[in-house]
Amino acid sequence: MGRTLFDKIWDAHRVAETTGGAALIAIDRIFLHERTGAAALKSMAAAGRPVQDPARVFAVMDHIVDTRLGRGDQTLMPGGQAFITETREAALAAGITLFDVTDRDQGIVHVISPEQGIVLPGVTLVAPDSHTCTQGAFGALAWGIGSSEAEHAMATGVLRLARPGTMRVTFTGALPSGVTAKDMALALIARHGAGGGAGHVVEFAGEAVRCLDMEGRMTLCNMATEFAAMTGIIVPDAATFAYLAGRPYAPASFDAPYWSSLVSDPDARFDREIEIDASGLAPMVSWGTSPEQAIAIDARIPQGPPRVHEYIGLNAGQPIAGTPIDAAFIGSCTNSRLSDLRRAAALLKGKHIAPSIKKALVVPGSMAVKRAAEAEGLDQVFTAAGFEWRNSGCSLCFYAGGEGFEPGSRTISSTNRNFEGRQGPGIRTHIASPEVVAASALAGVIADPRKVLAS
Amino acid sequence: MKPVSTIASPGVPLLIDNIDTDTIIPSREMRSTGRTGLAGGLFAPWRYTDADKRITDPSFVLNQRDAIGTRLLLGGKNFGCGSSREHAVWALAEFGIESIIAPSFAPIFKSNCIRNGLLPVELPEEVVRELQWAMVTIDLAAQTVAAKGKTWHFVIDEEAKAMLLEGLDAIDLTLKHRQAIAAWTETDRAARPWVYLEKRA
Repeated sequence: MGRTLFDKIWDAHRVAETTGGAALIAIDRIFLHERTGAAALKSMAAAGRPVQDPARVFAVMDHIVDTRLGRGDQTLMPGGQAFITETREAALAAGITLFDVTDRDQGIVHVISPEQGIVLPGVTLVAPDSHTCTQGAFGALAWGIGSSEAEHAMATGVLRLARPGTMRVTFTGALPSGVTAKDMALALIARHGAGGGAGHVVEFAGEAVRCLDMEGRMTLCNMATEFAAMTGIIVPDAATFAYLAGRPYAPASFDAPYWSSLVSDPDARFDREIEIDASGLAPMVSWGTSPEQAIAIDARIPQGPPRVHEYIGLNAGQPIAGTPIDAAFIGSCTNSRLSDLRRAAALLKGKHIAPSIKKALVVPGSMAVKRAAEAEGLDQVFTAAGFEWRNSGCSLCFYAGGEGFEPGSRTISSTNRNFEGRQGPGIRTHIASPEVVAASALAGVIADPRKVLAS
Repeated sequence: MKPVSTIASPGVPLLIDNIDTDTIIPSREMRSTGRTGLAGGLFAPWRYTDADKRITDPSFVLNQRDAIGTRLLLGGKNFGCGSSREHAVWALAEFGIESIIAPSFAPIFKSNCIRNGLLPVELPEEVVRELQWAMVTIDLAAQTVAAKGKTWHFVIDEEAKAMLLEGLDAIDLTLKHRQAIAAWTETDRAARPWVYLEKRA
């Protein structure tokens, strides 16, 4: 019987069998960040365990770094500087590659790893960050782990894993205009639940997926963890190879026969199959406090748990469009890449955000994205429209205590999580595509970007 | 790691689906670079009316008298979703929680539990509901949960079970396979030389 793409990567990395169907799986790439990197490296040092192969380990500064221009090690998070300096010291001592605060290639881990050509088709890649699944867009088996697992991978070169199930999510048809990879992900989670992918590696397939550019594929895979999947993965193709060609850490000559073999065989069987008609999708926006509480932007809010309605301050039956917002955020490992910024800027060009918006922020996913955007004048479009233009980092995707939106305010955000308090105490977060964020910032209320595009 | 065998405790219900690790321990409560000092921030958004001043909210279940000293939390579906922060498990363990029973767990959280000697037990929603405030005994070796004169069986990976029962350090366990790992690497280096990066200056 044929094998899935996941099966092929799993089998190729299986070093030994352990008990009960578990295996030791070789890990090709490991990333750390400053929020948990110091803890993992210090704990290894204390146990007298060296990093087995420092050349395959990378550390980044992204989670709590300051994103204001002219930044250094100081961060707005109380006590945050220690995370940065201790991670730097530990990374240098361990001999691992560090993308430091002021490095010209600094950025969010899942943005810079592809940008640098560190993730490659067919590799296994882990990081103590749940959105590592983003990198499955390259046909890699990439998933988030905890700090202890990161230590394990660094000390041994392998992880102990029970074999997950396989699921294929096929998006048939073509996406309508104004509808994006973010909307595909939110529609999937809204239909099948935030726990819908539990226990599975999800392969995204179908015409609408094949037609996405690499940045759209990353956005789609980014949300696999919000679906409780171990990870998302997409079969690599010519677009993948073209994206990686010439990147600093990518091989000079590609292993074309091997990379081309990284497909799910036609007769491969998946444990579960889901199909979604992409041509019927609309821009999505979350109304509650879980990514599964998301609806089409022209729909009405359904009845959810009372505590969710209370927190979010919206009732069942009311339309989500037209809901007044106080703040807007474009950034995060989901939607902070050049194409995201271009699409948002196209809506904002020559316009200004509504006077009721108290804070509007754009945070490019990497310093390279920032430079590329500036070369096209996108920074000018954003600042003329009333957005702040920042240095790269995770920023207000979450609240680390030093910088946030005004308590209790309602935010439209290109991020991946709308949990209670995720962006700060009492903050009401609505997650959506950069287009929806831009259109809503202009209108001062949650707004359909298709109407702005049409006008 | 301390071995886990049996746990006896009242089941304190927090029967909400999709409880995320931001709620279990918010980013702003991760104040030092180590693994300790986190229990005070556990469930900070729900446990306190004012988290900065640590003013407790008497309506939150863990603040109720019957919950004091509990070792067992009952949760909803997809427990521990969201951020991979292991601090969520460290905070729960430091607070005294030894097991969580829920209909399902988010995968990274579940793995973090096992690495830290906190037993995740999956049982159907109706069973979890029945365990509310009951005196519950969990026997890992037998893979059973007993309460109110009834017994339920639960499923756990063999490997996870062995590690929890024996309090094994996963790294030590894996390092026993050192030779197999080295042999695999040598073969793989020949097959996929492009994977192997050299340390740059």
